[in-house]
Parts: sequence; structure tokens; C-alpha cells
Amino acid sequence: MSAVVSKIREPLITGGKSYHDITEDLCSPTESVPNATWIFAFVASVGLLTVGLFCIFWTIWFGIGAWNLNRTIGWGWDITNFVWWIGIGHAGTLISAILLLFRQKWRTGVNRAAEAMTIFAVMCAGLFPALHTGRPWFDFFMFPYPNSRGPLWVNFNSPLLWDLFAISTYFTVSLLFWYTGLVPDFATVRDRATGLRKKIYNFLSFGWTGSAKHWQRWEYLSLVLAGLATPLVLSVHTIVSFDFATSVIPGWHTTIFPPYFVAGAVFSGFAMVLTLMIMTRKILSLEDYITIEHIESMNKVILCTGSIVGVAYLTELFVAWYSGYVYEQFAFYNRAAGIYWWSYFGMMACNVISPQIFWIKKFRRNIFITFFMSIFINIGMWFERFVIIATTLARDYLPSSWSYYYPTWVEMGIYIGTFGLFFVLFLLFTRVAPVVAIAEVKSILKTGGDQYVGKNATHAHHHAASHDHGHDSHDDHHAH
Amino acid sequence: MSAHKEVLYGLYDDEEIMLDAIRVANKQHLDIMDVFTPFPVHGLDPLLGLEESRLHIAGFVYGAIGTLTAFGVMTWIFTRDWPVIFGGKPYWSVPAFIPITFELTVLFASIGMVVSFYTVCGLAPGVVNPVLDDRITDDKFCIAFQTNGLSSSEIDKYSSFLKSTGASEVSSKVI
Repeated sequence: MSAVVSKIREPLITGGKSYHDITEDLCSPTESVPNATWIFAFVASVGLLTVGLFCIFWTIWFGIGAWNLNRTIGWGWDITNFVWWIGIGHAGTLISAILLLFRQKWRTGVNRAAEAMTIFAVMCAGLFPALHTGRPWFDFFMFPYPNSRGPLWVNFNSPLLWDLFAISTYFTVSLLFWYTGLVPDFATVRDRATGLRKKIYNFLSFGWTGSAKHWQRWEYLSLVLAGLATPLVLSVHTIVSFDFATSVIPGWHTTIFPPYFVAGAVFSGFAMVLTLMIMTRKILSLEDYITIEHIESMNKVILCTGSIVGVAYLTELFVAWYSGYVYEQFAFYNRAAGIYWWSYFGMMACNVISPQIFWIKKFRRNIFITFFMSIFINIGMWFERFVIIATTLARDYLPSSWSYYYPTWVEMGIYIGTFGLFFVLFLLFTRVAPVVAIAEVKSILKTGGDQYVGKNATHAHHHAASHDHGHDSHDDHHAH
Repeated sequence: MSAHKEVLYGLYDDEEIMLDAIRVANKQHLDIMDVFTPFPVHGLDPLLGLEESRLHIAGFVYGAIGTLTAFGVMTWIFTRDWPVIFGGKPYWSVPAFIPITFELTVLFASIGMVVSFYTVCGLAPGVVNPVLDDRITDDKFCIAFQTNGLSSSEIDKYSSFLKSTGASEVSSKVI
């Protein structure tokens, strides 16, 4: 049968798949024994997590004196890591919600994994402020509940409390959105399974049948949740930036922070999605579903948000000079040429300069370059948060209070541990749930796949030569 | 769903064939019980005469409850229950209440809609709904008729409809 392809767009699903092939390909990782690569990765992640757990135990046992924070620098690696992880989470919601509203079909290949990444990243992020309170067993004091202390309430005027509400809401809504998308796919896995697995997946699928009315409501729910998640995701990093912007510290007290933080969050999040998806598509053989086209689309988002971040950095410098305010000018001079000059350099090199190579199509479509760039960007975005936090605090108004900060092994260990947590959860996810949204991929097969049947369809070349395998790999894709 | 349902159903290999079949069924005024598909098929709802879902209206109401709850509780706490001056601002500092009001609006709307969705669909952890065919969640598109109390000639009419419109398999089941 000769497949039909679109003249104007490259297919988002290649390999001439039928609906059944999609089911087979995407369910198989949940049905087979993990391969050696997975087992190695899992053991390594558990190792990192163990390091983290030990350092968390150490922190709780000895108190946050085990960290190198001091009176001048009250926020160090903890809040840097917190903002970094929260930012990474933003790409998942952007892909699943904003791209749904924009009807971008390429989102279907990566949305499931990206949302999972969001949830796990928010879990990692939440750990840092929770520990930073010093007595994490009293963290419930942060929630406003009728208490026996008056009742004495929390301060609703504080950005730190807004942050608590923003992140709890973000986590909850992301989880609901993700799970609602998973329910029909769990039903697909259920209907292929037998015995105990069938029971477990029936439990997870809530008894989904695929009835027309259920699908109709499911689509409404997805659309409205996307509509709610879109302003939500923008609000989360806006509020994170308020943690800084509502203070009176030079370098923090700027109105550019909300858009600049949101763009940076999307930038780092897409980089993390690329890091994960390039590995996942290889290990689980999902090259037909997460194609070069997907990678190129994400690289375009990276180029755009990276350039926004670059403009924001330059705007900050310009405004500091233009303000005529000596403390502001010093803060930015200090960032670029002060004691932490190397982290400012790392930030500029990784975030602003290196992503500009994605103006060239060849680089956008190169997997190795994309993979290394995705790691560069995440390093750069970590430096950005470190520059904002530690550099600014180290040189405050009073030179007598000036200080220097470097992390202890405990702080480093907790950061390493969050990688362990993140990858343990992600690796388990790849074995338990379909990594690519099965139903959603099927729904775009005929409009965005290589079996396009729309207005601009054209029949792929179907001549005798295409039956000779190896003759022309491009034809092979379309001519079965 | 109390009594047993006798169901006659046909499985189609492609959503386009199924949509054409439903058009034929509508012309013949056949009463389709339900249609089951592996993914949301666009154009299906108007053919089946499904009303627009009102889930988004419910979502608006839940969101409004969230708005009022958040704003009301913060107002009550800071003006009545325990007024505290923070940074020389008024007790009732409305702009500072906006972020939390927004977050709780989204939270209430999302949780409310998701709970409503599963409730009206009768879906919940542990629910076991009858499945007509395991391949409906894979690659088959199913049109089902309820045949309780129908004569065999009427059942034949349904099954010949299914066969003539391109169903690859026709079976019956009691659920």
C-alpha cells in the first residue's frame, strides 16, 4: 500500500505505522524485562539518591549549620537548586498546555515524558525550601490552618507564601493533567495484559472504556486544564521571581524579573526535555515517534527563549547604567567582574552565546550537538541562578558584612541526591507507563504522520525499485 | 446499570469507515447505543448527536468558588481575626492578595473539574467496566447496539447493517 504524505510538512510519525504498530511499539517497554542500559542507569540513580538521602539525614541531624550559609549569604545552593529545578519543570507544562492551545501536533510525541519530568522536577525543587526551614518537621506551619497559637496566621503579603501556594497548585494541577492523559493509555496496556497486571492496570485506568461521550468530556477537560495551566505556569515563575524582585537588594529589585525568569525557565526546561528524550528515544527505540522534526522544533524554542534571556541580561546591564544609581551599577559590575566572575562568564557563554548556533538548520537537526547543547544550557541556567543569588548577597550595602560562599559536601550531596531522585522516578516511569501518549499519537497519525490524508496530500513514490530494500531508505519509509 | 445488556457490536478497522457507517445508520434511523474508539475521533460527536459537554461551565463555578474562598479568607483573617501591619501597608492590602487568589482559583477549578469528570463518566480506581473487545483500546472502532427484547429479524437488520457498512467483525455479548 502506498502511503500518503504531506507536501508541506515533514511527518511527525515515521515508519509507515498502523494504529496497531503504535500500540505495540509504545506498550512494549511496559511489557518487557528492562535491558542492561536501563538496569545500569537505575542502579546508578539509586546510588545518587542514597548519597542525597544521607546528606538530608545529616542536615536534619546537625541542622543547617552543616551548610555554609552565613549572615550575609542566607541563600546559597539550596535556593539556586530550587529555582533551577522549578524552572526545568516549566517546559512540561508549556509542551502539554500551551502547545495544545496552539494546536501544535508535535507536542504529542513528547508531552507525556515532559509532563512526567515536570512533576519529578517540582518534587526535587520542593525539597530545598522544605529543608532550608531548618526544622522540616514543622513545615506544616507554612500552611494557613486554624491553630492553637492564637490562631496566628501566616503572612499572606509575603512572596514566599505566594510561592508555597503557587508551587503546591502547580504540582497538583500538573499531576491531575498528566494522570488524566494517562488513563486511556493505561486502558490500552490493561487490554493487552493478563492476570495480576491486568488487575493493576485496570485499577490505574479507572475502568476506562473509550466511549464516545467519555472521549468528548476528556477532550473538554484537557482543553480547559490546558487553559488553566497556561496562566498557572507563567504565574509560578513570576512568583518565584517575586521572591527576589519584591526585596530592596540591588540587582534583585527589578521589574524585568518575571518575564526574564519565565523565559529562562522555559529555556532550561526544553534543554532538560531534550537531554531526556534523546536518551529515551535511543534506549526505548522510539525514533519513529520522537523524530528529528521534534528535536528541531524544540531547538527553535530554545533559540527563541535563549535569545529572550540574552536580551534580558543586556537590558539589566543597560538599566543599571542608565539608572544612575550607584548601588545598582556596582551590583552589576560585581556580577561581571567581581569574586564570582566565573559564574557570570559561564552563564553568558552557555545561555547567550552558544545557543546562537541553532540559527543554522544543520545544527538544529544534529542529535549530538543538540545533546551537548542541552547539557550546556542546563549548566548555564544553574549559573544564572547562582549569579543572581550568591553574587548579589555576597556584596551587599555594608562592606563590613561582605562575605564569600562555597557549598559544603552536604549541600553538594543533596543536589546530587535530587538527580538520583529525578532519574529513579523517570526510569520507573518509563517501565510503568507508556512514555509517548498512545491515544494522542494515534489521533494525529493521519493529519501529522507519514500517512497524511489532508488537503495537501501527495502519494509517495510507489515504483518497483522501492521494493529493493536498501535501495533508497527514504522510499522504504513510505512504500510498504 | 442494573439489568444485563445484550449488545450487538461491529468492529471497524478505520475511523473513516466507521464515520461513514454512522452516517448510514443515521439515515436508516438506527439507534446506536454507544461508539467506542481508541482515541478521540473528530467529527464523531455531531454524528452521534452528543450534546456539548458542560464540564467547562462547572469549571467556571469551581474557579469562582476558589476566588471567593481565597479572597474571603484572607480578608477575614487580616481585617477581623488577627489584623497585623506588615511594612506599613493597610490591613486590607488587596494587591498582595492577588497571587494567592489566582492560585486557588486555578486549584479549585482543576480539582473540581477532574473530580466531576470521573464522577459523571463513572470512572474511579477499582471500577471494572465491561469491555466489548480488548482491541478497542488498540486499533478497532466499535459501533454497539443494545438488543434487549428485540426480535431476531430486528437483530438481523442491525447485523446486516454492520456487515454492509464495512465492519470487519460482528459479534454479540451480554454485559
